[in-house]
Amino acid sequence: MSPIEFLTDLFNPDLAFLPKALLVAVMSSIVCGVVGCHVVLRGMAFIGDAVAHAVFPGLAVAFVLSGNLILGGTVAGVVTAVLVAVFSQNRRLREDSVIGVFFVAAFALGIVIISRAPGYAGSLQQFLFGSITGIPDEDLYVAGGAGVLVLGVVFLLHKEFVAITLDREMARAMGLRVFWLDIVLYVLVTLAVVISVQTIGNILVLALLVTPAATARLLTDRLGVMMLLAPAIGGLSALVGLYVSWSWDFPTGGTVVLVLTAAFLAAWLLAPRHGLLARRLRRGRVWPTAPADGAV
Amino acid sequence: MSALGVNGLSVDLGGRTVLTDVDLTVDKGELVGLVGPNGAGKTTLLRTLMGLLRPRAGEVVVDDRVVRRGSTGLGYVPQRHEFAWDFPISVENVVMTGRTGLLGPFRRPGVADWRAVGEALERVRMTELRARPVGELSGGQRQRVLLARALALRPSVLLLDEPFTGLDMPTQELLSDLLRTLAREAHAVLMTTHDLPGALYTCDRLALLNRSVIAAGTPDQLRDERLWMDTFGVGENNPLLKILKAS
Repeated sequence: MSPIEFLTDLFNPDLAFLPKALLVAVMSSIVCGVVGCHVVLRGMAFIGDAVAHAVFPGLAVAFVLSGNLILGGTVAGVVTAVLVAVFSQNRRLREDSVIGVFFVAAFALGIVIISRAPGYAGSLQQFLFGSITGIPDEDLYVAGGAGVLVLGVVFLLHKEFVAITLDREMARAMGLRVFWLDIVLYVLVTLAVVISVQTIGNILVLALLVTPAATARLLTDRLGVMMLLAPAIGGLSALVGLYVSWSWDFPTGGTVVLVLTAAFLAAWLLAPRHGLLARRLRRGRVWPTAPADGAV
Repeated sequence: MSALGVNGLSVDLGGRTVLTDVDLTVDKGELVGLVGPNGAGKTTLLRTLMGLLRPRAGEVVVDDRVVRRGSTGLGYVPQRHEFAWDFPISVENVVMTGRTGLLGPFRRPGVADWRAVGEALERVRMTELRARPVGELSGGQRQRVLLARALALRPSVLLLDEPFTGLDMPTQELLSDLLRTLAREAHAVLMTTHDLPGALYTCDRLALLNRSVIAAGTPDQLRDERLWMDTFGVGENNPLLKILKAS
């Protein structure tokens, strides 16, 4: 299918779910890209994974009670994040163990809850792997609002988050409320995950959070640039992924993630300064004149 | 009048008493070395001074005021490995993070903040590297960035935890010159160190710490070998004491 045909389908009133899916996918990729920068730089990808799995019981409860999925997922994710933060205060247990305990427990709870609902196999698959059909209009607004909120808070607390990631002790000594700021960041991650779950699916959503930010990190040494590149990479990959999945009838979540992964691998090989190729060339001096490279 | 005063400080950590009845003063213009064996409580003392640990008894006074968390009178330079050097951030922005607490929530740095950062960078002679990503710096340059971050608060007291560890000799020399200069510019400087010969040579006074301050004074006043044997728990044939005699 050519891009023109894809465009025609986007404006076909019979396929009204398609532009909605595209909008939600691009929007959630942008939000995840920005929040993901903090996730990647703080080395908390595992927490991202945990929160992603932890929203599942909330989605399941909301589904069983026919409530709002975004609200249900957020509550479950935040509860798990707070539990992790509180239990991590115990010095005998490392945070990764606490996360390991709670996120699997949350996921298990979700499976048990959703098994009580009639016709659960289909909805289970939809939760786990995402679906582009059946996004209600109302979710579009809720996701948009949540996205704006997340980006706003990230912007307002930028210097605090950076200070904590750089040097936790120092941040504490400066009087920052590190514990509460951690919880705020977990809540932001949860919101970013929840608005993405619909299209990408519960299992694959980690890719939206981590891959664009990791790709952007390979391409730049400036945080500001990274926080613009990551959402750009995420949004573009969502667009390309949806196009490819629509053209060849591939599952959307999987396709978007594979496009993201391709971008990551390309950056890993070709990044101007830290890419494999650039390093080889520098080390091997294949070129008599070094490639344009600011600081040698 | 001393810039930093520690009075009868006792600190428990995880149900264990780490420091007992510590008394210590550091005056403006003075570089004081805190020495003692591993586990003597050096880092615990610095962390308590910063308000990161709550003492069981005693108090810490800076410029006549009792220290709380977030006090700006103290500049802290932690050990280099405490910092995330792989973070994509430039030298000047790291130094600016030193003022995060002072700025308060939701406020962006203004002209006065950038001026303080510029001054701090000038002091440690890192102005030319201000735009460089911190990941590309050498060990000595990294130490100077952390020092500038502490100076960005314009503190009257500077605390440094093992600033010389892992630096080569010429870099150590540069850094100790810099610390002496900062002390002469009316800072009170307190640093922990494992480098005894260096400390004997560089510092105006030394404080021997093992759970409590065993003794404090100029290197000349600390000639008594017993003090060092008590502090470090070593016998009279230990090479440490020979270094002491030679200095």
